[in-house]
Amino acid sequence: IEGMIMEESIINAYDICVRFVGNLKLLSEPVKTAADKIMRATANNSKCVLLIAVCYTSTDEIVHAVEESSELNSNEVCNNQELEEANATGSGTVIQIENMESYSGIKLVDLEKNTYINPYPDVLIRTSGETRLSNYLLWQTTNCILYSPHALWPEIGLRHVVWAVINCQRHYSYLEKHKEYLK
Amino acid sequence: MDLKPGAGGQRVNRFVDPISYHFLQFLWRTLHLLVSLWYLQVSMVQMIEGFLISSGLVKRYGALDIDKVRYLAIVVDSEEAYQISKVIQLLKWVEDMGVKHLCLYDSKGVLKTNKKTIMESLNNAMPFEEAVEKDVLLDQKQMTVEFASSSDGKEAITRAANVLFMKYLKYAKTGVGKEEPCFTEDQMDEALKAIGYKGPEPDLLLIYGPVRCHLGFSPWRLRYTEMVHMGPLRYMNLGSLKKAIHRFTTVQQNYGT
Repeated sequence: IEGMIMEESIINAYDICVRFVGNLKLLSEPVKTAADKIMRATANNSKCVLLIAVCYTSTDEIVHAVEESSELNSNEVCNNQELEEANATGSGTVIQIENMESYSGIKLVDLEKNTYINPYPDVLIRTSGETRLSNYLLWQTTNCILYSPHALWPEIGLRHVVWAVINCQRHYSYLEKHKEYLK
Repeated sequence: MDLKPGAGGQRVNRFVDPISYHFLQFLWRTLHLLVSLWYLQVSMVQMIEGFLISSGLVKRYGALDIDKVRYLAIVVDSEEAYQISKVIQLLKWVEDMGVKHLCLYDSKGVLKTNKKTIMESLNNAMPFEEAVEKDVLLDQKQMTVEFASSSDGKEAITRAANVLFMKYLKYAKTGVGKEEPCFTEDQMDEALKAIGYKGPEPDLLLIYGPVRCHLGFSPWRLRYTEMVHMGPLRYMNLGSLKKAIHRFTTVQQNYGT
């Protein structure tokens, strides 16, 4: 991150907005400070966004989205009549799972708004030929082409990116149709 | 394959004259034609290799250590899933290879709709829900088959989120002050199981369709799943299935724990 701060002029010349995403509360103070500094310095750049995922796993992201959605919905629900009726049957006893399941306070769109990474990618490149996602972008890759070149990370170059883009163009209409179906 | 230039092409159009634009479009279409020919050649080679493996001429894929595949998932493109006979043939191959636990997924639920037909065609298989009810998941005599669709993915996670939300509200109401909701991944696991989603994480996911994409398979169950693209279902063959499973069983899995 310090290196990125030193090359800030190059980042600004390319108009790149740098954002760190993930459970940033787990970062140590100096790292968090450096990350905040680069994010503030590039906040007005708009040509391209570089998201750097740190302290990130997809399952933690999903749980985080549930927490955020719960907090946003909780004030609304407190006055909700359904909850009062559901609790009235309890009088101190445990509410049955069936009552809980039928309450639809949190919607899918709430969870999707509260993920760390938005918008969702069209292509995911996993280097070194690995064919698994390793708890990365599990939620966001529903309609995403998964590309696993055998090249190791330092060897990834323009030709791999061009190949990924060509494959994305080949299957664009299929994946758009699938996205429409899932809406 | 989508060959319309789209918004990007229209932006280019403003900056180049019409002749150059048409020339660029011609180059673009030629490039895509060459790529399509490349993929055609690759799939022909794969079909020939698959045929050689199926007929036993390639000895390397003869013996499979199938126990390493504890849970296999198969994702099928929904349009191709209507070819039920092909799906049944694929499942028979999987059953003959000795796979004990299988999950079949297509996003529109076509396979779920044809569950009865599919189960009746298999010799020795049991629905996953029945195996869970009878507590015979560890019984190695029958193959268990789970059917899933897009409603068992993100929508199921949303339902589990509501279970956690209700618990949070109940305790927030009885608590002294309002605390922020704080859940763990284990609690999410428990909530999913409580609403009936007990399927484990697959070790291997085979994708039968035009694109290497999991098409909405439950995100909660894909953390360390190996994904292999097998091509369209209509070109499936026993040889490429054996090769994919053999490759999985011979690679050392590192789960980072």
